[in-house]
Amino acid sequence: MNNKNKTKKWYDYLWIFSTVYLILGFVNILFAWLGLLCFFIPLLISIFGGSKAYCNRYCGRGQLFSLLGGRFGLSRKKDIPRWMRSKPFRYGFLVFFFVMFFQMLFVTGLVFAGTRELSEVVTLLWTIKLPWHWAYHGTLFSAGVAQFAFGFYSVMLTSTVLGLLTMALFKPRSWCVYCPMGTMTQLVCKAKAKTSSSEKTK
Amino acid sequence: MAIKRKAYVNRGECVACGCCVKVCPMGAIRVVSGLYADVDVYKCVGCKKCAVECPASVIEIRENESGEASA
Repeated sequence: MNNKNKTKKWYDYLWIFSTVYLILGFVNILFAWLGLLCFFIPLLISIFGGSKAYCNRYCGRGQLFSLLGGRFGLSRKKDIPRWMRSKPFRYGFLVFFFVMFFQMLFVTGLVFAGTRELSEVVTLLWTIKLPWHWAYHGTLFSAGVAQFAFGFYSVMLTSTVLGLLTMALFKPRSWCVYCPMGTMTQLVCKAKAKTSSSEKTK
Repeated sequence: MAIKRKAYVNRGECVACGCCVKVCPMGAIRVVSGLYADVDVYKCVGCKKCAVECPASVIEIRENESGEASA
């Protein structure tokens, strides 16, 4: 059997990073900035490496879902509805995510500019405003730094909640199907594959 | 003739997450350039682990007689 290389590698433990990240958001909101790693690393890997190695190996959130849904049995393990895996839904969710993300950046910009007060809330599922003042102990820099942290943590918590929900309803890593980062990196890979194949035919 | 089971990936709907790669006991699947999962039919034993794991449910196990080419 070819079962020899099934020993765990260092990157199989990155679910710990994701868990600690979520906990740190309850302790001090400024830790939310660390989440930018989950944005830039997959993008850089896809742009320069032309692969989805981040999804395939390093994504701690995916590992967390497969652990909770798999080993802990918190998933029904049913097929995801066909529409949820369709391209219109995946691309639509990516666009929606982008719009909400830029809206969050805009609000952060207003706080940086001093035209808007810092709001110490985490917004869950883009609508539910949760008071989060206990995790804010001031910042050395502008209030905008904290505003971004609140906004970014809202994005991360919202996507985790959605991921947990679809994990329970469908398969453990159902989030991966409509994960905006996954969709985006796959699009980057598609664009790269297209340009490299057209270069070859030249 | 022996019936052989093999995994087939619907490439158009594959999200290239690599869940199948992780569970394959034969090391028969790889994700090609972040585009889709590709099964090495010579290594695949049709155990179905990838099909069960696939979050998009785009892998199916098909039976075909050995030696016969199938798309």
